[in-house]
Amino acid sequence: MVSYMWAFLIVVGTVVGIATGKAEAVSQAALEGAQDAATLCLGLIGAYALWLGTLNIAQEAGLVNSIARRMRGLIRWLFPSVPPDSAASGFITLNLVANMLGMGNAATPFGLKAMKELQALNPHKSRASDAMCMFLVINASSVQLLPLTVIALRSAAGAAVPGDIAITSLLATTVTTVTGVAMAKILRRLYP
Amino acid sequence: MNVVSFISALFVPLFIVSVVIYGFAKKVPVYDAFIRGARQGLPTVIRILPFVVGFVFAIRIFSASGCFEYIAAALSPLLKPAGIPPEILPLALMRPFSGSASIAMLSTLFQRFGPDTLIGRSASTLMGSSETLFYTSSLYYGSVGVKQTRYTIPASLISEVFGLFSSVLLCRLFFG
Repeated sequence: MVSYMWAFLIVVGTVVGIATGKAEAVSQAALEGAQDAATLCLGLIGAYALWLGTLNIAQEAGLVNSIARRMRGLIRWLFPSVPPDSAASGFITLNLVANMLGMGNAATPFGLKAMKELQALNPHKSRASDAMCMFLVINASSVQLLPLTVIALRSAAGAAVPGDIAITSLLATTVTTVTGVAMAKILRRLYP
Repeated sequence: MNVVSFISALFVPLFIVSVVIYGFAKKVPVYDAFIRGARQGLPTVIRILPFVVGFVFAIRIFSASGCFEYIAAALSPLLKPAGIPPEILPLALMRPFSGSASIAMLSTLFQRFGPDTLIGRSASTLMGSSETLFYTSSLYYGSVGVKQTRYTIPASLISEVFGLFSSVLLCRLFFG
């Protein structure tokens, strides 16, 4: 699926770009995109080291597992195949909490750790498990409580009350999370 | 609002301090444990770099070709009767692909229509209602070598369509 998507973006983008006389812009976009991506990654080294270091203290102190135990009810319902007091469920919880609070650069290393643990539990290594699908669907639906970036942008654009969309955002993100979880639970039967 | 953003700002230092204190209480050699974990910082970034480069350059090509606008133009006769302002469609299409590109689109919408219009508010709400799907999927699945993503993409896209409709509906309800 990701391969098709990726090839589609490149092939259609290039063909349409050339056909509409934007060949120059397309070739510039490709090179700049690659450069920006690498710069972005290098800029993350410090934050990742900080979060992975902190996370490791939490793990060695048994905090990850104790957080997991506390969230056992929710985790068991969303991820029935994940043992409730395992490291996997602790990392999933930490990733979701970081996302709720808008700590994007902490959420990603926590999420990658969770994926590694979920892969260890996955019987078919090249196929996503139900737990992985659910985890990704929840991540994509956004669980952020307060969209700080959007509020900052609104304030910069001169909005009267920049934070007035906080309530509609929270309700809309509840809609996407609930439908996402429901769709994941329904669709899992259709995908072997 | 200010209270919430203050709490958000406090969360990072509080989280770190609580973990360190908890580690001390459990007699973990906290500094050594930190270094052992932090050592994975660079390898983690090196592991994700090819996914990020592969993804960002593809999305930039697609975006530079103007395809998002063409698809939005094709879809707008379908969505306009449902009350969706066609101006926010390019943003709705970009949202699952890239966070930074959709932020750029959002601020363009603010410049053109103003943040306190139905378009400005619906776009803000939409932006906060979902996250980047394709990038996260390629990164998370790629990092563990999973190829078949099964229903991840369809389930998420359906939820984003719900997000688009509910964003506009909620803004009509709340802001008239």
